[in-house]
Amino acid sequence: MSDMTRIHDDDNILEVSNLTVKAQDRTILENVSFKVKRGTTLAIVGPNGAGKTMLFRALLGLVPYTGEIKWAKDVRIGYVPQKLAATDIPISVKEFLSFKKGSDMEKCLLAVGLDKAVLDRALGVLSGGQLQRVLIAWAVIDEPNVLLFDEPTSGVDIDSEEAVYEMLNALEHEHGITVILISHDVHVIRDYSEHMLALNRQVICSDESEAITRPSVLHAIYGPGTSLKRRKERSRPK
Amino acid sequence: MTPTLVLSLIIGIFVGLSAGYLGSLMVLKRMALVGDALSHVALPGLALGILFNFYPFIGAFVFLFGCALVVWHVERVTRLSVETIVGAMFTLALAVGILIIPQPDLLEALFGDITKVTLLDAVVAVVVGICAVLVTRVVYKKLVLGMISEELAVSSGVDFARTNLIYLLLVSGVVAIGIKIVGSLLVGFLVIVPAATAKIVSYNLRRYAVLSSLFGIISSCSGVLLADSFTLPSGPLVVVSGIVVFMATVFVRWASVRLRG
Repeated sequence: MSDMTRIHDDDNILEVSNLTVKAQDRTILENVSFKVKRGTTLAIVGPNGAGKTMLFRALLGLVPYTGEIKWAKDVRIGYVPQKLAATDIPISVKEFLSFKKGSDMEKCLLAVGLDKAVLDRALGVLSGGQLQRVLIAWAVIDEPNVLLFDEPTSGVDIDSEEAVYEMLNALEHEHGITVILISHDVHVIRDYSEHMLALNRQVICSDESEAITRPSVLHAIYGPGTSLKRRKERSRPK
Repeated sequence: MTPTLVLSLIIGIFVGLSAGYLGSLMVLKRMALVGDALSHVALPGLALGILFNFYPFIGAFVFLFGCALVVWHVERVTRLSVETIVGAMFTLALAVGILIIPQPDLLEALFGDITKVTLLDAVVAVVVGICAVLVTRVVYKKLVLGMISEELAVSSGVDFARTNLIYLLLVSGVVAIGIKIVGSLLVGFLVIVPAATAKIVSYNLRRYAVLSSLFGIISSCSGVLLADSFTLPSGPLVVVSGIVVFMATVFVRWASVRLRG
């Protein structure tokens, strides 16, 4: 049975045990267990179809599951999706951000590196990088202490990508926000997160993020013949 | 101006306002065709009202909401496209409606008629129209957020299924009041075209919702006035007025884009 009880251990903000998610008789996640310490960054890695996004959906309570997902009592989750379902809706950035009861819209935009002039622009005309920042602003505007970040830089150019991660790092350090992110990028995992959880339906490996650079770990996640160089080239196209 | 025309105009204002406002969401949900087809379901309900001598609005509303409920549920359970469910079900409803409605009332039910409006029709239109707009205002942001991203909506605590159900209930009410002047065959127009027109010239939600309601009112009131002047059925004239507004807007947009180079 699904159970979203709260944890009592103050050190951890999230404890997941034996999480199993099924969709139409197919097992998408099986017996996944892990813990996340407050104020740390956890990267979730794995090949396509490994169940990474489904894990997020379960953490958000969007899909039925078995096992346990325990959030800390004081948890406030901010979620940044991989992409939006529709971008042709006539809505300004200001209107979008005002959907949430946030503190200071302009301050929030500044924190994600956007000028307040963007407030009056339509969401649909923003560049990939701008939209990503607006989505982060949306996620942090009501001061969450956990950010769930699904492939934060898909569809963003390389400069914006760096900036997005620098910003995430700052959020983590300055505000003590716990970050859980899904990424394909070995460089991002190594440089911007402390821990990693490699998934392919089940947990393949749970370790310090530095472990991602080991050939044995890379092979276990992405299959034999994968090298760090190739992963880097593929994940960071020029 | 005759009292009947005044009543028709009052109905026109509230039908246009509420259909335009609620339709702005229907168009964003990419359910324009659903809105149109849904309106046909009202016909068997109207027919029962006429046959068994109760207020036809009630019959129309019950049939509309009943069918909207079935679609809402089937979509949620099967994840089939709404269009697929709608396609079969609503043409059937139209067929049954045409078979059982008494012949003299058929044209009025299909295309609207402003010569027979009563004070009760106007009161119902005002009350239903105002309620629909006020309640939609409360759920508007939630529905838009759900369209932008279902995950964002649910993670922000929006009960998506319930909000959708409330919206369908309101659409049923608005379509039911619209039938009086636009007819069950054409009332879907008022849900779709004013919103489509507004979308062409809107960059934010506020402007979009206001323009959509305004275009709804202009279309329905011009239709009523033309029907009164030429003694013709009001429904087709509402459609013609709405299309004129639509084309004028397209032209203005085209011209402004060209002028800006």
